Amino acid sequence: MIPLHYYLVFSALLFTVGLVGALTRRNAILVLIGIELMLNAANLNFIAFWRYGPNPEALTGVMFVIFSIAIAAAEAAVGLALIIASYRHYKTVNVDKIDRLNG
Amino acid sequence: MELVFVIIAALTLVSAIAAMSLRNLVHCALWLVLALGGLACLYIQLSAEFVGFAQILVYIGAVAILIVFAILLTRGAGVGDKSPTVSGSWITSVCVGLLVLGSLVFSIVHSSAITRPLPQSPDLTVKKIGDALMTRYVLPLEVIALLLTAALIGAVIIAMRDEESK
Repeated sequence: MIPLHYYLVFSALLFTVGLVGALTRRNAILVLIGIELMLNAANLNFIAFWRYGPNPEALTGVMFVIFSIAIAAAEAAVGLALIIASYRHYKTVNVDKIDRLNG
Repeated sequence: MELVFVIIAALTLVSAIAAMSLRNLVHCALWLVLALGGLACLYIQLSAEFVGFAQILVYIGAVAILIVFAILLTRGAGVGDKSPTVSGSWITSVCVGLLVLGSLVFSIVHSSAITRPLPQSPDLTVKKIGDALMTRYVLPLEVIALLLTAALIGAVIIAMRDEESK
């Protein structure tokens, strides 16, 4: 059987890929994709701990992930709307070029 | 079982890295779809079938489509742009990422939870999830409904073309 730490290490790797992507990429949409990957890594941890936990009948991890997926969908919708609004204003989605508040 | 996990995990990780590193944004979105599908397979392997199908419906069906729409709507911004796709401070970012990965792996390896044996597969039916959603988790469900309504209205208002400023 697969030990629990396989899932945890895989989820840590996925989180790191999302984090590095969100920090390095210039395109705002790619930053949002990185954030989605980080959210998904956290969700996988919830499911793994629920499955290996002492009381799986309580459904806590599953419920948390269901609510987290709903919140991620809302976050993606608002985030992409913000990106489109700022694209209309600045004519770019490059986060390095949106620097009007930069002193 | 272990081989299945390794195959799915490697596929998901490779697609996630491709989604974050390719230059063409549409390719990035398609690789993201593959990564999210691999995660749904992992959920199903952990006997959380409902969450796996919800992941496919919500992420691949809605979020990925939204991202593709956003990519197509913001097209023309970087066409022919041969400048590097990563920002100048990428070395710092990679260092931060490696630091986070190192601390996570360190705490995973040194935790007592990893020796826990796999319990019996729980009898998780959609009926049980529905019962729990309608009894114990009914307040969070209503809050999520409110949040989704607010996000829907907010997204429309933010993305709406403001006519008076023209």
